Amino acid sequence: MFKTRWFLALLTLVVSPGLLFGAATISGKVSYTGTPAKSKTIDMSKEPSCAKQHTTPITTEAVVTGPNNSLANVVVYISAGAPDESSAPSQAVTFTQKGCQYIPHVIALRTGQELKVVNEDQTSHNIHPMAKVNREWNKSQPPGTPPLSEKFDKEEFIPVKCNVHPWMHGYFAVLKTSHYTLSGEDGSFKLPDLPAGKYTITAWQEDYGAQTQDVTISGSETKTVDFTFKAKPY
Amino acid sequence: MSVASVQHAQHHAPPQSFIRKYIFSVDHKVIGKQYYALALVAVLIGMVLSWLMRIHLVWPNAPIPGLQLLSKSGAPGGIMTPEYYLSLLTMHGTLMVFFVLTNAPFAAFGNYFLPIQIGAEDMAFPRFNMMSFWTTFVAFCILVAAFFVPDGPPLAGWTSYAPLSAVGPDAGPGEGLGQTLWGLSIFVFCIASLLGSLNFIATTLDLRTKGMTLARMPLCTWAWFITSCISLLAFAVLLPACLLLILDRVAGTSFFIPGGLVISDRLQPHSGGSPLLWQHLFWFFGHPEVYIAILPSIGIVSHILVNSMRRPLLSYRVVIYCMMAIGFLSYMVWGHHMFVSGMNPFSSLMFSFPTLVITIPATIMTLIWLGSLYGSRLRITSASLFALGFISMFVSGGVSGFFLAQPSIDIYLHATYFVVGHFHMVMGVASLFGVLAGTYFWYPKMTGRMMNEPLGRIHFWFTFVGAYCIFMPFHYLGLAGNVRRYSAFVDDYLLPLIPVHRFITIAALVTGVAQLIFLYNLIHSRFLGAPAPPNPWECTSLEWTMPSPPPFDNFGGKHPVVYHDPYQYGVKSSTGDFLMQDSPEEAQA
Amino acid sequence: MGKVFAVIVVVIALASAVPIITHHWFGTAIELRPPEDISTHGHAIDEQLSETMVEAGLSFLAAQLVLALFVWKFSNRSANAEIKTFPGGAKWLVIAALALVGTEMLALGVLGQRAWATVYFTPAKPDALQVQAQAGQFAFYFRYPGADGKFGDLHPDKIDEGNSNFFGLDPANDVDSRDDIVSGELAVPANREVHLLMHAKDVGHSFYVRELRIQQDFVPGLDLSVHFTATKVGKYEIVCTQLCGLGHYNMKAYLNVLSQEDFDSWLKQKASEQ
Repeated sequence: MFKTRWFLALLTLVVSPGLLFGAATISGKVSYTGTPAKSKTIDMSKEPSCAKQHTTPITTEAVVTGPNNSLANVVVYISAGAPDESSAPSQAVTFTQKGCQYIPHVIALRTGQELKVVNEDQTSHNIHPMAKVNREWNKSQPPGTPPLSEKFDKEEFIPVKCNVHPWMHGYFAVLKTSHYTLSGEDGSFKLPDLPAGKYTITAWQEDYGAQTQDVTISGSETKTVDFTFKAKPY
Repeated sequence: MSVASVQHAQHHAPPQSFIRKYIFSVDHKVIGKQYYALALVAVLIGMVLSWLMRIHLVWPNAPIPGLQLLSKSGAPGGIMTPEYYLSLLTMHGTLMVFFVLTNAPFAAFGNYFLPIQIGAEDMAFPRFNMMSFWTTFVAFCILVAAFFVPDGPPLAGWTSYAPLSAVGPDAGPGEGLGQTLWGLSIFVFCIASLLGSLNFIATTLDLRTKGMTLARMPLCTWAWFITSCISLLAFAVLLPACLLLILDRVAGTSFFIPGGLVISDRLQPHSGGSPLLWQHLFWFFGHPEVYIAILPSIGIVSHILVNSMRRPLLSYRVVIYCMMAIGFLSYMVWGHHMFVSGMNPFSSLMFSFPTLVITIPATIMTLIWLGSLYGSRLRITSASLFALGFISMFVSGGVSGFFLAQPSIDIYLHATYFVVGHFHMVMGVASLFGVLAGTYFWYPKMTGRMMNEPLGRIHFWFTFVGAYCIFMPFHYLGLAGNVRRYSAFVDDYLLPLIPVHRFITIAALVTGVAQLIFLYNLIHSRFLGAPAPPNPWECTSLEWTMPSPPPFDNFGGKHPVVYHDPYQYGVKSSTGDFLMQDSPEEAQA
Repeated sequence: MGKVFAVIVVVIALASAVPIITHHWFGTAIELRPPEDISTHGHAIDEQLSETMVEAGLSFLAAQLVLALFVWKFSNRSANAEIKTFPGGAKWLVIAALALVGTEMLALGVLGQRAWATVYFTPAKPDALQVQAQAGQFAFYFRYPGADGKFGDLHPDKIDEGNSNFFGLDPANDVDSRDDIVSGELAVPANREVHLLMHAKDVGHSFYVRELRIQQDFVPGLDLSVHFTATKVGKYEIVCTQLCGLGHYNMKAYLNVLSQEDFDSWLKQKASEQ
C-alpha cells in the first residue's frame, strides 16, 4: 500500500507536467489528388517598378503544390478541444508588400494579436481585408509611410486584396487558438506542445475549402494526421 | 411695368436685439454680408485645400506637418494617401463652385444691392431671404461634416459621377458616409438657391420704384435677375438628381447603377440603372451653373467699368440681350461635357453647335467693353484694375473653350489639364475678379470706410500675374495630354512634365499668400479705414444716394423717383461729369 | 498705373504664346504638345487642332493687345479730355463678332465633322482584330478570342482575381472560353485594324492613348467599342481618364504595337501562359 501511494505520486509527478505543459505532437502531410489548376503567370506590366524586381514573372499562389502532390500554405489548426487561451501574444506578425506580392501569401495570427503591414515598394498599395465577421477596412499605404498596425477580434479567414494591383491577393487566417501552423513547401506540418486530449484538427485551403479530423492523443506521443484535398482543374 | 402702382416690400420694424440685428436678420443687407462672410470662409478653406493638393503633386513623399491631425488614415505620418488627395479635390471643387462662386457674386452682392439699385426697401420676401441664407449655412455645415466621418470625405469629384458615387462603401475609401453627406448638402443647397432665386425674380419684377423701368436698371441688376431665372430651372433639376443619388446609396434603388457590377469582389445588388442618366441630369444643371457663376461678375464688372470709364457702354441693350442669349443657350449645351461619354455620337455634334454659338454673345460683350474703352476717361483704382483684369481673364478662359467645343479635338483634350485650365480661368479667376472688383467698389458703401488703395493695387498685381502663372501652364500640360484628377504623376510620359507642375505650385503658394494682403485690408479698413463719403466713385446708381453704410430701411421710408438710366456719364451737370439716377436734372450736353 | 497694366498685359500675352509656338516649356526640352500621331485617323484631328490654335491664338493676342493699347491710351486722361466713340459704335462690333465667330465655326465645323465621322460614324471592318478590354478598379485587362475565334461568356460571379480570372470566365462549363487569352498589356499588330470591345467591370473608366488620338469612356452597362489602326511599332501608354477611385492615377496598361510576326509569337507565348 505504501508502495502504491508512492508509485501513484511518482506517476502523477511524471504525467502532470505532460498534462499541464503538453508534450504530444500532431504532425502530418497535406496533399491532393486529381489535377490542380495550372498556376498562371502574373502580368505586372502595369507596374514597371514591381515587374523589374522579378527576373522571372511570379505565378498565382492560390494553390501552391510541391513534390509528391503536396500542398503548401494550408492552415492547419485545432478547431475544437484546445484549452482556452485568453491572451494574444504581444509580438506582432508582419505582412509585407514587396515586388507587388504579399509575403507571406497566407498569414496566420491570433485574435487580438497585432498585425503590422509594411510596404517595401516604390508604389502605393491599398490593403483591403474583405472581412465579413470582423470590421472591414480599406487603407492606402503610400511608400515611405509608417507600417499599419491593426487587430482582428474574431476568428475568420479574411481574403485580402490590393485594389491598385488586382493580382495581389492573400489571406489573413485569424484564429482563436495558439495551436496552428501552415503546411510547408513539402506539405508537411507539425502541431507541437499539445496536452493529452481529444481534438478536432482543421485544414483549410483557400480554394479547396476546409477538412476536419478528430484525433485523440495522450502523453508525449507524436500522432500522424494526413489531409488529402481533391484538386479542381479550373 | 406701370409706374403708377408701385408695390412695396413688407414693412418691418427696426430690429432691436443683437440676434435680430446680426444673426437672424431679415434685412437684405445683413443677409448679403452673411453670404459674403460664408463665401469668404469657403474660399479660404478651398484655397488651402488647393495648396495641399499642389504640394502633394510635386512633393509626394514629403510629409505635410499637421495633416495627420486632420485625418489619421488619410495622411499617415503627414503623407497624403491617393484617396485623401481625391477627397480634398472633391471638397475643393464643391466648396468653390457652390459656396463661393454661386454665393459671392450672386447671393452676396445681389442680396445687398439689388433691392437698393431698384429703389426698394428690401426683398419681396424678407423672411424667405433669411431662410435662404441659413439653409445655405446648414448645407455648408453638412458638407464640412464630411471631413470628420470615419470613411473620410467623398472622392468622386464635384461632378460625382455614378456608379462610383452611387454604389456605396464597396467602391472604396471615400465612398462611405461622406458621399451621402455630399448628396444631402447639395440637396439642401438647391432648396436654398431656389428660395433665393424666387426672391430675386419677384423683387426685380414687382418692387421697382417709380421711374425705374426695366430699361433703367443697372447692368449688375440685370445680371442678377437673369442669373436668378437660370438658377431656378437649373437647381430644380439638381435637387431631384441628388435625391435619386441618395436613394441609390441608402435605399437600394438603381437609378444610376446597372446590373452585373463586381466591386470589391462583391456582385452589386442593383440592376437596370444608367450612369449616363446621372451625367445628363448633373450637366443639365452643371452647365447653366457655370453661367450662374460668371454672369453676375459680368454685370458687376460692366457696372464698375462704366463708372471708371466715365462714359456709357457703346450699347447697353446689346449687352443685356447678350446676357439673355447666354442664359437661354446655356440650357442647350450640356452634352459638351459628354462628348466621349458613350452617348450617341450624333448628339455630340448637336451639342457642339450651340456651344460654338454661345461664343457669339460672349465675343460681342468683350468687343463692346473694349470698344467702350476707346476714347474713354478711364480712372484706375483697385476696383477698375480688377474689372480690366476680368476682361483679360475672360478672353483667355473663353478662347480655350473654343477648342473644347469641337468634339474631335475634345477626343484628345477631354479630361486633361486643358479643361482644368479653361474652367479655372473663365470661372474661377474671372468670376472671382468680379467679386474682388465688387468688393473694392462697394466696401465703402457697405461699411462706411475706404479700403487701403495702395494695398488694393498690390493685391491686384500679385493676383493677376499669379493667376496667369498658375493657370496658363495648365493649357500647355493639357496639350501634352496630362490627365486630370491624378493624385500622383507616375506614368512614363508624365514624369518629364513635373518641373512645369513645380512652377505652378510655387506660383499658387505665392499667389495664395498674397491674398492675406486682401484679408488684412478687409479687416483693418473695417475699423481703421478712412471714413467713406456717400459717393466716393461718383457713381450714378441708387446705392450711392444714401449714407455709407445705408440705414436699415434703405431710403429712410421714402420711395426714390428715378429719372435716368444708370449710365449718364460724360455729361455736364451740377454734380460734375455724371448724373445720379434720381436727379431730376437733365444733362446739359 | 494704367500704362503699367498695359505693359504687363502685353508681356503676359506674348509670354503665353511662347510655349505654344516653340512647343516647349520656356528654354527646356519639356515637350508641350501632342506626341507623334501613330494612327490612321489622327491627322484630321491634328489639322483641326492646328487651325483652331491659329484662330484662337490670333483672337487671344488681338484682344489682349487691344485691351492693353486702349488702357495705355485712355487711362488717367485729364478731366476734360474729349470722350470719343469707337467708329461705328456697337453695330459694327456686333457684325464683326458674328462674322468672326461665324466663319470660324463654319470652317472648323466642316473640318471637325470629317474627323469625328472617321472615328464614330464608320464601323470597324469585318476582318478587324477583335480584342476585348475590361476596365476595373484599377487595371485594364485584355482578352483575345483564341484559336476558335470566339469569346467565352462573362460571368461576373466567377471573377477570381487571386487565380487570374479577371474576366469571370467559366472554362469548366464554357468551351469557348477555354482558349481565350488574357493579358495585362494590349498587343496589336501594326497596320491592322483593331476593334476594341469595351467592358466596364465596376465603375466608369476611360481608354486614352495619346498617340492614337483616341479617348472613349467605359460605361458600366453599355456595350461600347472603338476601332483604330496603329501604324508604328512601339510601346505606348494607355491611361484611365475617368475618375474611378483611389487608384485612378495608377490605372494604366501598355499598348504594344508589334510587327505581324512578333505579334503572332507574342500571342503564342501568351496562350501558353494561360
